[in-house]
Amino acid sequence: VTLGVLYKVYRDVAILQHALRGMAAVAAGLLLASAVGMAAALPRRLVPWLFLLLAFAGVGVVRWPLLYVMAALAPFAMYFAWRRR
Amino acid sequence: MAQALALFWHFLLLGCLAVGGVSTVMPDMHRYLVDEMGLVSAREFADLYALAQAAPGPNALWVTILGLHAAGSMGAIATTLGVLIPATSVSYIASLLHAKHADAPLALAFRRGLAPVALGFMLASCWLLLRAVGHDWRSYGLALVALGVAMKTGINPLWLLAAGAVLGMVALV
Repeated sequence: VTLGVLYKVYRDVAILQHALRGMAAVAAGLLLASAVGMAAALPRRLVPWLFLLLAFAGVGVVRWPLLYVMAALAPFAMYFAWRRR
Repeated sequence: MAQALALFWHFLLLGCLAVGGVSTVMPDMHRYLVDEMGLVSAREFADLYALAQAAPGPNALWVTILGLHAAGSMGAIATTLGVLIPATSVSYIASLLHAKHADAPLALAFRRGLAPVALGFMLASCWLLLRAVGHDWRSYGLALVALGVAMKTGINPLWLLAAGAVLGMVALV
């Protein structure tokens, strides 16, 4: 929280802006690393990867509200997982 | 106050949807705060995320400073409680159920079915963060290097973030 307050005060200092850009790029890479690590555990089948792609496209590319994407995908995702048990 | 309440409801909803951590619902925080309400700019969103990663303490702290930046101290309380209440109650109930019915078919279908969906959301988070940092080969390259190093070595992420800060200053100033 202290950092959040400090950010408000110093965010216009140019050198900090650049530092933060670098940190944000690294943070994105780190998040990607954990996502890749988890994706490696997914079964190598079409259906789960299709759902991954749809979830990514709906929320990340088209930018639909996450609630709608979740409501649309979750029943089918669970149904397919249920059938394969 | 009304704004803090609106934030609270939205984050409460997101907290209920956060299967597998806050980073899965991050894209919707971005959509709501940046695109819809205009309370936070895309750059600030990415900055705050990076700061929270570097700060000690739980990662969910990020939600707090996001609320603080969007709507002051009431906003900070609103977003934090909004995410925390469902997270704790759901995981409490889930752990009770899980102990009894870990192998129940429905529980398996829930976990296996939703895992790829949650991962898709997480990838969308990465994508939005990268977009916020800027369309330029240096930031994409830096993210890729961080990805590679993190996966190969299991080094403490703080070192990578520090390296990112230094590289940001040297390469972009």
